[in-house]
Amino acid sequence: MPALLNIVPVDTRIDFMKGRMVALILSGVLMLASVVSLGVQKLNFGIDFAGGVLVEARMPDAPDIADLRTRLNDLGLGAVSLTHIGDDDRDIMIRVQQPEDATEEEENATLAAVQGVLGDGVDYRRVELVGPKVGGELIEAGIWAVSLSILAIVLYIWFRFEWQFAIGAMVALVHDVVITLGLFSVLRLEFDLTTVAALLTLAGYSINDTVVVYDRVREKLRKFKKMGLVDLLNLALNRTLSRTILTSLTTLIAVLSLLFLGGDVLRNFSAALAFGIVIGTYSTVYVAVPILVYFDLRREAIAGEETVGPEEQVAAAATDAATEGPLAEQEEAPAPASETTSETASAPPRNAGQRSGKKPKKGRGRKR
Amino acid sequence: MLYFAKWKTTLIVLICLAGVVFSAPNAIRGAADSLPDWWQPVTLGLDLQGGSYLLLEVEADEVVAEHLEALVESARAELRTARIRYLGLGVEGTTATVTIPDADQRGSAQRLLAGLDNAVEVTAGDDGQFLMTLNEQAMVERRNQAVEQSIEIVRRRVDETGTREPTIQRQGQTRIIVELPGVDDPQRIKDLIGRTAKLTFHLVDGRVSPEELVAGRVPPGTEILPAAENNADGPPTYPVRKRVEVSGDRLVDAQPSFQDNQPVVSFRFDTQGGRQFGRVTSENVGVNLAIVLDGAVISAPVIREPILGGSGIISGSFAVQETQDLALLLRAGALPAPLMVLEERTVGPGLGADSIRAGALASLLGFALVVVFMLASYGLFGGMAVVALFVNLFLLLGTLSFLGATLTLPGIAGIVLTMGMAVDANVLIFERMREETRNGRTLRNSIETGFRQAFKAIVDANVTTLVAAGLLFYFGSGPVKGFAVTLSIGIISSMFTAVMVTRLMVVTWLRRGRAQALPI
Repeated sequence: MPALLNIVPVDTRIDFMKGRMVALILSGVLMLASVVSLGVQKLNFGIDFAGGVLVEARMPDAPDIADLRTRLNDLGLGAVSLTHIGDDDRDIMIRVQQPEDATEEEENATLAAVQGVLGDGVDYRRVELVGPKVGGELIEAGIWAVSLSILAIVLYIWFRFEWQFAIGAMVALVHDVVITLGLFSVLRLEFDLTTVAALLTLAGYSINDTVVVYDRVREKLRKFKKMGLVDLLNLALNRTLSRTILTSLTTLIAVLSLLFLGGDVLRNFSAALAFGIVIGTYSTVYVAVPILVYFDLRREAIAGEETVGPEEQVAAAATDAATEGPLAEQEEAPAPASETTSETASAPPRNAGQRSGKKPKKGRGRKR
Repeated sequence: MLYFAKWKTTLIVLICLAGVVFSAPNAIRGAADSLPDWWQPVTLGLDLQGGSYLLLEVEADEVVAEHLEALVESARAELRTARIRYLGLGVEGTTATVTIPDADQRGSAQRLLAGLDNAVEVTAGDDGQFLMTLNEQAMVERRNQAVEQSIEIVRRRVDETGTREPTIQRQGQTRIIVELPGVDDPQRIKDLIGRTAKLTFHLVDGRVSPEELVAGRVPPGTEILPAAENNADGPPTYPVRKRVEVSGDRLVDAQPSFQDNQPVVSFRFDTQGGRQFGRVTSENVGVNLAIVLDGAVISAPVIREPILGGSGIISGSFAVQETQDLALLLRAGALPAPLMVLEERTVGPGLGADSIRAGALASLLGFALVVVFMLASYGLFGGMAVVALFVNLFLLLGTLSFLGATLTLPGIAGIVLTMGMAVDANVLIFERMREETRNGRTLRNSIETGFRQAFKAIVDANVTTLVAAGLLFYFGSGPVKGFAVTLSIGIISSMFTAVMVTRLMVVTWLRRGRAQALPI
């Protein structure tokens, strides 16, 4: 059974790197806008972080919202918001924002007062009360979680790759997180604990995407020692393009079904994730990879990193032999066509011997 | 890469079967009670089955303050016996202070104060002032004890209400998490666990005239206590001697009952409490005995005759429910310190059911779309990836059930997300195969290279996601933790299914068929 659908044309040679300046400027502007928005109008904290009282109730009959609002405001509890939610017109949501110095007793009294206004026969679907102390602690835990996960991911990348990759990954991660936060700030979407979970997940997703491309960059670096960095990055991006698109699409499909069918409780979470998948995919192609150009990628160190077993060395040598020929002549070769892979040991033996003789010297050179 | 040892094949098949076996109870959730302990469906979180989550804080400093209060009372007595003049003896926060005006007496006063309690440190301040604080170790010990004791008492009180399967556990230094599945109005439980229920019997100070009481002038050792809410018939305040004659610790039983058609609570003391109660009532016939609950006077009846049997009743203007609650509280014992509700989250059964429905619908649709997408993109191999995805779902659900993990709504989101991301490993492998074929490799060769080259990227990519999920678990609470658990298990099981299960299928296909070209 052959594939019915080929979403991505095979063997693309899109020059992603050409647009890198435009993309980096765009990303910079988006980040700046996000930071400004976060500074000016901050985040619309949900009850988890702001503290307060939230009541979601199904009234016996469709309520008179205006009248109810007046009665709630008459309680003099502080900022009360009353909204209609869901498909059933009997469903309402009330949120009371307490002043920052409210005590736990006051919050409990607030809840009782709200329940008093709603009266009897109400089906309380959700009641939440978060004390100001807990809210503050949850914010702190959220900041720790996001920062530490970025740090841990970056350390792992550093360990597995080179520091340039770690920095590229970090920039991309911060980029994704900041812009998603910015989106929440600009659109005044409610920011709560599940949104933090979504942020961490999108960090995990975005880095997943980035690592796959970085892995390919590293592979190509080892193989094409003389190819220009820009061409090499383009090559790696093109070679992983179909996978990038396919995976993003499947994940996006799953998340979109959550967004539309997962119910109110998960709406903000799925929205953050859906946006995160898009921005994460973009940042892989246009931030994480292009940024490598601006670092002094010590290509030889990276290329020779994993000279482990003798088997691999021979293989690598053979590859070099197979590819070095044409590439040596044209430094900036548009490689894809001439690319051959590691096991194509079809190189002339004379050449292979030469190369494997050279290898150890490089190793010594690094140690100095 | 294309060879599987027999034992390896067997192991893979066994793991897959285990996944199916352990997820099976979820299909017969209704009959879960008749299943053995190790073979249970996954536990549903409060947000799915409905219930209440309470985060309580033990105000442990109160215990310290109380201890110092007692210290101050004995200091008062000792200083008086030693004829040392003192000023401003009292407690503020977690420090007790006293001033000795006579410089000659300061030395002996300090020795006397230091000898009162070896957990107390006495430091001399300016102008003959002495500060008494509990030392670090005693402070930690008392707080710790207060929290442990509170947990025990909260558990007893919750158990008495008949809530099924409550979870009560300590969090951090001074906090308690109470989870009450199926409780959709926690108000009664909040009322019950929010009360200290400290019952004490004091004598009313008959020397204080009504005028002095209104003016707030009472002799030392006597304090003014308000009337309890139910005590509307009596005076608004009472002059009560601070000395505790008998305390509620000595109660062995308390039951709601009736006297003259009025709801009352009858109680019984243990032997020592009965003896104390008998002595007080014998020595003070004609005096009013104040029954004090949490610092307010429930009633203050006149002692008409000695009560020697060790039992009695508490009367007041009670409703029937109130006597039931009070009896329950007295039976369960007093909290060592007040509890504060810091956080409360309640989900009604209606919303929980809606969430399950929405989550299931989203999962099904997401799953169906991913299946269609994979089949359309990769044909036969896509079909194998779909089989692997099925196995992955069974493994995920089976592991969750086996570990007794809790499935929350964000947890369902984690499953949906895992399905999207699980096929990533297969996409990586298949794309690599296509690429290698285009590079002119033979069928066998490109399949082998596809698996090998993709493997490194798969491991790196998944470990990083796992790092994020691990931190989420560490920092998250409640539902978010549930999400981290499903995401982590999903990542691990998807690596297994994508790399091992799919490969096994591809290898089997390769060995049996006479395929000449890559079917993707």
